[in-house]
Amino acid sequence: MNATVASPVKKPRSRKIAMPYLLLLPGMLWLITFFLIPILTLVKTSVNMDLANYDPTTGATGSFWGNFWYAFRTHEAPFARSFIYALAATLIALCIAYPLAYGIAFKAGRWKNVLLVLVVAPFFTSFILRTIAWKQILGQQGPVFRLLLDLHLVTYQSHITASAGAVIAGLSYNFLPFMTLPLYSSLERIDPRTLEASGDLYANAFTTFRKVTLPLSLPGVVAGTLLTFIPAAGDYVNAEILGNPSTTMIGNVINAQFLRTSNYTLAAALSFVFMVIIIAIVLFYISRAGTEELV
Amino acid sequence: MKKLSRWFGKNLIRIYMVLGFTYLFIPILYTIVFSFNDYIKSNLVWRGFTWHNWQTPCGVPNICSDLGNSLKIGLIATFVATILGTLIAFALGRYAFKGRPAVNTLIFLPMASPELVLGASLLTIFINLGFNLGFWTIVIAHVMFCISFVVVTVKARIASLDPRLEQAAMDLYANERETFRRITFPLVAPGIAGAALLAFSLSFDDFIITNFNSGTVETFPLFVYHNAERGLPAQANVIGSSMFLIALIIVLAGQIVSRKRKIA
Repeated sequence: MNATVASPVKKPRSRKIAMPYLLLLPGMLWLITFFLIPILTLVKTSVNMDLANYDPTTGATGSFWGNFWYAFRTHEAPFARSFIYALAATLIALCIAYPLAYGIAFKAGRWKNVLLVLVVAPFFTSFILRTIAWKQILGQQGPVFRLLLDLHLVTYQSHITASAGAVIAGLSYNFLPFMTLPLYSSLERIDPRTLEASGDLYANAFTTFRKVTLPLSLPGVVAGTLLTFIPAAGDYVNAEILGNPSTTMIGNVINAQFLRTSNYTLAAALSFVFMVIIIAIVLFYISRAGTEELV
Repeated sequence: MKKLSRWFGKNLIRIYMVLGFTYLFIPILYTIVFSFNDYIKSNLVWRGFTWHNWQTPCGVPNICSDLGNSLKIGLIATFVATILGTLIAFALGRYAFKGRPAVNTLIFLPMASPELVLGASLLTIFINLGFNLGFWTIVIAHVMFCISFVVVTVKARIASLDPRLEQAAMDLYANERETFRRITFPLVAPGIAGAALLAFSLSFDDFIITNFNSGTVETFPLFVYHNAERGLPAQANVIGSSMFLIALIIVLAGQIVSRKRKIA
């Protein structure tokens, strides 16, 4: 809003200064209205009442730290489970997705685009439907259990589903595309000539991978693990369909508090604590991994 | 020896890929197979082959209207999110401006926030503002979480462009607008198409955020969830399978057309 911008002679320049802001405006407004303000509202909701000593007669509001500490302390187990399951699922997904992404980037030739779409294609059958399919495949009436039964590896009393292992397997399956796509896009940017050069310098395939491919694909590893870990930690569908009451994750608790018990204060406090932990983990991880720009 | 190990290395990746895709498609194959099951009440045990479910895909109450909701919401949310996200991507990829870190943070945060928190916080504000939950609150939520993914996808495409192409156009006396219309935009377009496809698939598949903000409106994932306990009808498998097959056919057709065009 200074004189040079307003003067008619410099008009093309002023348009150039305003242009990025004009491009940003609608999207940013949307994110501020429907992401930032709601998150702040959530924080406000989390102190609507004092969680530790709730007294409906006075209707006293809670303190920030008091309520957050209370929410965390009373739900330590589901919090811990969420992060352990999500970590395990992320590592499994990384092991499965890396060779997959590597193959699509370097070995797929003209099928590259088709294979990439195949990675996203499961989204179209619906996440819930696929999770239910896993439950039935691994369930007592499913083919896997029948086969193991015939091989005398399991008995009628045992079960594969309704276990922590099944929840982790479900999580790693469901977020596999989120791991594969960023891995692919960082691998695809690697110039194949750098790999050839490494071979010319007498590095074997393993050394080439360890010293050239892996370091160059690190941004994809960081993005992929985050895009898998975050939704996996917050998920409650897998724990609900493939788990049992002792595999309850924090997502199940928050969901139940919001939609069944309607204890909005506790639900909001739990959500906020959860989000703070996630963001702390993300920031720590990014600073350790040393990638500057994620988006 | 070196040749042998290299050959093995090459094929090891191929074997891994086959295994990886098999793993990815096992539950889909199961879904497709059980869409042909002659089921009674719950579709759990194989009882014999039938075409009946495919002949009556809408034979269960609500299923097709819910699918319609999902498609409508997906299309509207994709359209809005793709436009808003592409504009942001161009601002980030083509201009220097103050406040870039703040913009980057605001793009990154929705992807770093668990869906549950996004859904729950939107629900709190809709309740506080007295919005009627339903079709449009779902659309608003979907646009919100799709924008960031569109920005990231389109921005990567813009960053991969060779700046010399645009310089060449300018050297040939194209003005800024012409350069954008005839060089930049056509080159970025595949990225925008990819972003739109991603946005649509994220919207179509979303359950957690939708479940918070849907009110009484039901989408296809909500239908599956609500009916899972009573026993899912095979028609849900039919719809899940056909959406998957339709998406696959569209992409394969697009691939063939673009290859023909390249040859011609």
